[in-house]
Amino acid sequence: MSATDATGTRNPDTLAGLSGRSSAGAPARRPRRQRRMKELLLAFGLLLPSVVIFGVFVFYPLVRQIYLSFFVTPPFPNQPKHYAGFSQIQQVLSSHDFLNSLWVTLLFVLFTVPTGLILGLLLAVLAHQRLAGIRFFRTVFSSTVATSVAVASVIFFTLLNPQIGLLSYWFGQQGQLSVLDDPRWALIAVSAVTVWQNLGLAFIIMSAGLQAVPDDLLEASKIDGARAWARMRHVILPMLSPTLFFAIVVGTILSLEAFGQIDILTAGGPLQHTNVLVYAIYDQVFNQNNDGRAAVMTVALFLITLIFTLGQIKLLERRVTYER
Amino acid sequence: MARIALEEVTKRFGDVFAVRDVTLEIEDKEFLVLVGPSGCGKSTVLRLIAGLESPTNGTIRIGDREVNDVEPQDRDVAMVFQSYALYPQMTARRNIEFPLKNRGIPKAERESQVRAVADILELTEVLDRRPAQMSGGQRQRVALARAIVRRPDAFLMDEPLSNLDAKLRTQTRTELIELQRRLATTVVYVTHDQVEGMTMGHRVAVMDKGVIQQVARPVEIYHHPANLFVAGFIGNPPMNTVAGSPNDRWGDLVIETASGAIPLPLEQQEAVRQSGATAVVVGVRPEHVALNPEGPIRASVAVVEGLGYESHVVCRLQDNQQVIIRLPADAAVPRDGDNVRLTADPARLHLFDAATGQRIC
Repeated sequence: MSATDATGTRNPDTLAGLSGRSSAGAPARRPRRQRRMKELLLAFGLLLPSVVIFGVFVFYPLVRQIYLSFFVTPPFPNQPKHYAGFSQIQQVLSSHDFLNSLWVTLLFVLFTVPTGLILGLLLAVLAHQRLAGIRFFRTVFSSTVATSVAVASVIFFTLLNPQIGLLSYWFGQQGQLSVLDDPRWALIAVSAVTVWQNLGLAFIIMSAGLQAVPDDLLEASKIDGARAWARMRHVILPMLSPTLFFAIVVGTILSLEAFGQIDILTAGGPLQHTNVLVYAIYDQVFNQNNDGRAAVMTVALFLITLIFTLGQIKLLERRVTYER
Repeated sequence: MARIALEEVTKRFGDVFAVRDVTLEIEDKEFLVLVGPSGCGKSTVLRLIAGLESPTNGTIRIGDREVNDVEPQDRDVAMVFQSYALYPQMTARRNIEFPLKNRGIPKAERESQVRAVADILELTEVLDRRPAQMSGGQRQRVALARAIVRRPDAFLMDEPLSNLDAKLRTQTRTELIELQRRLATTVVYVTHDQVEGMTMGHRVAVMDKGVIQQVARPVEIYHHPANLFVAGFIGNPPMNTVAGSPNDRWGDLVIETASGAIPLPLEQQEAVRQSGATAVVVGVRPEHVALNPEGPIRASVAVVEGLGYESHVVCRLQDNQQVIIRLPADAAVPRDGDNVRLTADPARLHLFDAATGQRIC
């Protein structure tokens, strides 16, 4: 503030000298107000692109979904939608299909998030050793990041194929029902593919977290007599807790949003056993042409994700050691 | 309690020799200070003893056991890190308790030992605080407590005072010395601060470029530095050094410098003659130089620094070499720019071979 004051009072003198203005007080005010106006315009200008993008792709669809969830889609095209108030919302949320999808989604998160976290951490700890050729393994471990969901899904679809799939052959399932068509195994198979797909990201996040664990703490713990497990539990995990926290939140959101692998591997089947919420929404919109039901489920999923995330932040942040 | 011995230990990182052919014996209950400029390899020696690095060559013994292949967990040494390396999520109590816990000591015993150590180091009131809630001095004490609580064979300390402010550092220095006498444990202490080296150690090992330059009692190091490096590193202000060449004058060997000839006592003349050195460096401590109108060396006064308890007169010789004179507070001091003549106590002259830097006499 004092800097602007200083320039503000010094400016008129030099300006007066240059432009021949006689009064020194009045013109000092005007440039300052103009500058503030300019800064404000600049700020809005810089914000505009994000506001437009978020507006078009996030805020508008969100509001529109909430709006749509109050309207029942007619069974035949070209008939008008009619307002139904909360009756459709109640109907959808209490339906067996929705509750099934909710349960499947929950199981999917439970199968994928902790497993991915533990495997990612394990690989990161392995790759953190100072060994010859470890760079090669670091590249391999993180490579699934460069594989798209579609590619990963097709690879595993082939591997699990009962006629030609290598995995089916190894598991002695050759010629039998594919695990992807087996109600007992389908969700587990899809979860396994998802864990594999997300492992690269988990590995990279965990590796970055490990790099941030100070070496002297690890060395101190060695001298203090801590074996590998004690070092993990008392030094690495506490120092890694912000990373773990981040990974849990992001991993949960990713799993709640999973779609591609389910679409390619099982299309929600067999018998709805992999019909997670996102897939059910997709099914309502593109196969059943029912925007109204889809909107209800979309808003529900949004709220679930929001509650999940807020809950995790509340619950976990207390146990996170941020101070160094 | 144990003796530590390094035999021809070398540690190489790629092409860089961090430590080269170090042979060093640290006696049981000795306080040995490893001192040297940063990058001289002193911390690496400490880490080798701790087991955090393994030697490229040579053997390390703690007590009667060769420990080259023993993990740090299994060497009975404790270490205090420069950064203290306290576990941030643990309270002071749990930090101190951690080494005991790892050794499977029962809870009741752990608690009484933590209490005893906290008592010695006056930490009782902060035991339930975490490192972030403590002052630098308290953290330093917790690190120390964590080291002494398990009564190890030896303590290794890596610049433990360097993160404290000057006043606290002096105070803690004294306390560390007292603590070592009281616990009667072997201590290897690394520092770049030569004052810590001189005041704390039974013996001092001066290192440079991965090599031990001299190991001796502090007084010995001060009065008989083995080479120019040690002479320049120990002492504050450092030893004055003037380059010159030995020259015969009427049968007496003198050291010819740009600002005059320095006469030598007979036995030193003999030593220089026998060494065959053609260029020498004469060293003399600031307290052994005096202003004397009949002195052999011409100089001009650059600056006079009054410290209250003494004065430092910084002089420049003809060829711009610098000589510092330390005078008692009540002595008459010249003024800046005065032309003066200097003399030195001939018994206190140190002569070094300019080519090798080694002490002649």
